[in-house]
Amino acid sequence: MLSIVRSLWLVFLHMFHKRETVQYPEQKNKLTTRWRGRIVLTRDPDMGERCVGCYLCAAACPVDCISLQATEDENGRRYPEFFRINFSRCIFCGYCEEACPTYAIQLIPDFEMAEYNRQNLVYEKTELLIDGPGKYPGYNYYKVAGLAIGGKGKGEAENELPPIDVKSLIP
Amino acid sequence: MVTIYIDHKPYTVNPGKNLLETCLTLGFDLPYFCWHPALGSVGACRQCAIKMFRDGDDKQGRLVMSCMEPVANNQRISIMDPMAVDFREGVIEWLMTNHPHDCAVCDEGGSCHLQDMTVMTGHAYRRFTFKKRTHVNQDLGPFINHEMNRCIQCYRCVRFYKDYAGGEDLDVFASKSNVYFGRSEPGILESEFSGNLSEVCPTGVFTDKTLKQHYTRKWDLTMAPTICQHCSLGCNIIAGERYGDLRMIANRYHGEINGYFICDRGRFGYEFVNSPNRILQPQHMGQPIDSDKAINEISELIKQSNVIGIGSPRASLESNYALKKLVGDSNFYKGVSKQEQALTELAVSILKEGTVRTPSMKETEKADAVFILGEDLTNTAPMLALAVRQSVKQQPMQEVNKLAVPEWNDAAAREIIQDKKGPLFVATVAETKLDTIASKTFRAAPQDIARLGFAVANLIDSSAPNLSNLSEEEKTLAELIAKSLLASERPVIISGTSCQSDSVLKAAANVASALQKRNKNTGIVLTLPECNSVGLSVMGGLALHDAFEKVKNSKADAVIILENDLYRHGSAKVVDAFLSKCKSVIVIDHSQHATTTKGQWLIPAGTFAEADGTLVNNEGRAQRFFQVYEKANVKESWRWLSSIGSAAGNAIMQPWKNFDSITAALSQEEKNFNGIEKVSLSADFRMHDGQRVPREPHRYSGRTSMLANVAVSEPKPPEDLDSGMSYTMEGTRALPPSSMIPFFWSPGWNSVQSVNKYQEEVGAALRGGDPGIRLFEASGKQSSYFTNVPEKFKPVENKLWGVPIHHIFGSEELSAKGAAVSNRVPLPYLLLSKEDAAKLKLTEGEAIEFEIDEQGFKLPVKLCATISTGVAGLPVGLPGLSFIELSSWGVIRSLK
Ligand code: SF4
Ligand code: SF4
Ligand code: SF4
Ligand code: SF4
Ligand code: FES
Repeated sequence: MLSIVRSLWLVFLHMFHKRETVQYPEQKNKLTTRWRGRIVLTRDPDMGERCVGCYLCAAACPVDCISLQATEDENGRRYPEFFRINFSRCIFCGYCEEACPTYAIQLIPDFEMAEYNRQNLVYEKTELLIDGPGKYPGYNYYKVAGLAIGGKGKGEAENELPPIDVKSLIP
Repeated sequence: MVTIYIDHKPYTVNPGKNLLETCLTLGFDLPYFCWHPALGSVGACRQCAIKMFRDGDDKQGRLVMSCMEPVANNQRISIMDPMAVDFREGVIEWLMTNHPHDCAVCDEGGSCHLQDMTVMTGHAYRRFTFKKRTHVNQDLGPFINHEMNRCIQCYRCVRFYKDYAGGEDLDVFASKSNVYFGRSEPGILESEFSGNLSEVCPTGVFTDKTLKQHYTRKWDLTMAPTICQHCSLGCNIIAGERYGDLRMIANRYHGEINGYFICDRGRFGYEFVNSPNRILQPQHMGQPIDSDKAINEISELIKQSNVIGIGSPRASLESNYALKKLVGDSNFYKGVSKQEQALTELAVSILKEGTVRTPSMKETEKADAVFILGEDLTNTAPMLALAVRQSVKQQPMQEVNKLAVPEWNDAAAREIIQDKKGPLFVATVAETKLDTIASKTFRAAPQDIARLGFAVANLIDSSAPNLSNLSEEEKTLAELIAKSLLASERPVIISGTSCQSDSVLKAAANVASALQKRNKNTGIVLTLPECNSVGLSVMGGLALHDAFEKVKNSKADAVIILENDLYRHGSAKVVDAFLSKCKSVIVIDHSQHATTTKGQWLIPAGTFAEADGTLVNNEGRAQRFFQVYEKANVKESWRWLSSIGSAAGNAIMQPWKNFDSITAALSQEEKNFNGIEKVSLSADFRMHDGQRVPREPHRYSGRTSMLANVAVSEPKPPEDLDSGMSYTMEGTRALPPSSMIPFFWSPGWNSVQSVNKYQEEVGAALRGGDPGIRLFEASGKQSSYFTNVPEKFKPVENKLWGVPIHHIFGSEELSAKGAAVSNRVPLPYLLLSKEDAAKLKLTEGEAIEFEIDEQGFKLPVKLCATISTGVAGLPVGLPGLSFIELSSWGVIRSLK
């Protein structure tokens, strides 16, 4: 009996507290940059596609909602031929971002993705790829990798010596 | 058995092995790089360090390389000793100083031994701040990709390529940490076994270039155990699919057949499965037609006509059997030329009814004297050539044993052997790649090869038929061969159907039987034209030629052609006449070819990747291949045939529901195939946990997304009616039975090196026994010698005796349809001796016009220093060359 009265009293007091409810969509909450929302694919500083089609995000995804096919351009640079995320399955856990060795895949502070038709939640590369580096400016995977691509030959990556001369016997 | 103590715990183990193998057999995770179960130890990488103690009181111990230490009784070692653990981590750290930051773009990633070992040792943080050395890559041809930066200098590649497979164009260059593994200049890797580099190399230096075209990680493949379809040896392979395409072939260890390796035809020949020339929809008169409608109409059609069936040596037992039952036993034809049929039957009777047992490839590796008659093994049965390459090491190995050096101690053994080689005699029409390791070679027309064989048999056992007028040279050679074979402990005689001569087969049989009387360990190995030649031959049926006759005489008016391009088994004129005489031509096949263009009905059969079936290899071993993935509208030929049969009211076929029921019928009805249902486990098979064996690894990705572009709701995965496997990742995590291993994986061992965990003992049989059942063993019924010794070959003026020449890439129908292999197919030519060419005033590359088997040809001449005069080699099956019934006389028409 006493506890019911106490509960009523507490509820009554709440009427005088500051409102937590936000008048969405008129009013919007500020989300931090680390907020895990809609996923994008980013580009590296020289605007090349960052994703190298390594499949690690796909493997990390607990609901298996990422699929892609790796391919490469005529100079050996790898990129995804297609890249698909089925957002109707995504649980926004961020594992894909964590797994990505190139900072290509990133979760951004946007959650306004509601659709009447579930099919519209299937995003392809055209919907995913943005024209910038996202949260991680500066990083360029191909500058550190040993693979030669157009514009970067062997030995031209960061921290690399020029290719060895196999005919040299100098110690 | 001896006892060793590992980290204070006693284990009973086999002596004679090294500690690394032993620890791996016991299930320990001990890292290694340079040791390979087939290549032995060299102690180069220092990765397998363990602590070894003098006795129970020794607390200090010393670091040793486990791959270099033989097992000894009461040995005390420690894998977990902190110093050993530290050392192993340090080794990886050093190896990694130069390793590029490549995993994300490396095709080895996810099945990489270096990744696995790095994780296993715990090295995680790079302390080395200096620059990395780099290398320039080479273009190594259509099969293998080269990315030298990733090398960790384990030397496995050159040890496999040069020492094991006898390749000459891959080597190590430069010095110290700069060592470079490649060719002296960029170019196609010459070895027929180059593809194995992708599995032998523990890093991503050598990777499969065909996989790179549509790259998929190992964890994303749907895989199934299957059998190579590209020659009669029946190597075990794994095939992997993604997004509806076949993506790669990997070796599937089989202790008796292919061991750790397969040839390049087997590895890269799969691309025909993805070819745009596939038949993917039933067609009638060139128009697509619904499957059910096709089944009904064809069943009506066969009810109303006199239908005959033409089987195929490249179709499974089940498919051939279903056709046989559909058209009736007396209307079933084997679909191979008269000559091929006769040769295959002869070969099978030698294996089945002869006195000499046919050894497995593993046993052939252990032969200490080999005599090859008429076969260019590297091109007709490549893996057998690799086995022969190992056999020449057997006799010198005795010296190694005498010095009490263990055979696995590869560096020491090679030091002792130097370039000594055991006896190998190669008698063929033209040069072969095995010549360089042969004790003696003999070049002659098939008749004379046979005569040499008969002579050897007679020298071994004088009751074998004798022959006169041998040349002095032949006599000496025959004596040498006979002497070497008699002196050996495990001699093996190898021959086959490829030079199209029954005398050669008979001579080989005679040598083997003669030897058998003196030495019970004698073996005879015969190679056959196609992957299921033996199976089809045992099943029986008439020759293609008889089918032609029957239709010609209007005794039949409809034909069902099963997975067979008749133009490869009969001359165009005859086949054209046959097909146009038939009122209805129904072709069941997976790929288009000359015959499918003539079919009114085309039925899309599954390739090996889309089908279940059984093949019988050249030793008579029946082996099951499992379907890898489902493809819409495509079904096994046997499934189509039994649907048609059921619709037509065929009482035998109506109860056939799945693979099991058809194999059960085959086993019951055909006494030669009794027990065939035991080759694989039934479709009801479930693991002890009640689950199926998954075709996909547990980290298969994209399940809810890969088809989401079509429809966001995932479709129900296909169900496997034919085996206890699932098409998904759902299923057991336990070790599957040896006959249904879809991929090799073990916790911590993502690369193919995990095969260690699937073997009873490293390098021995798979757990539960190597799969497949031998259908027959030599019964000894046919114990008398073959008597008809052929006449000596005599050149004829203005004529050339045409003999077949085989090419690993090009002579086999299916593999040549793929992009990578077709790059390696040579252009047609005529092989001619230098003398004949000089007589005809022809130089290399000039065209010669001639007529053979009633067909005219104009081909460029290729000169050969060793082929006999009067003999001309004609390449088999190359594009632009039609079927020619060989061996026969060709008439030189005109010149220039
Ligand atoms: S956020 Fe999680 S569920 Fe969504 S795609 Fe990434 S890994 Fe998958
Ligand atoms: S993990 Fe990153 S680089 Fe790799 S496929 Fe995914 S998005 Fe591309
Ligand atoms: S290329 Fe591969 S196999 Fe050869 S030494 Fe380097 S890592 Fe070893
Ligand atoms: S040897 Fe024959 S069966 Fe083995 S992989 Fe090569 S082609 Fe296939
Ligand atoms: S595996 Fe023992 S030293 Fe390399």
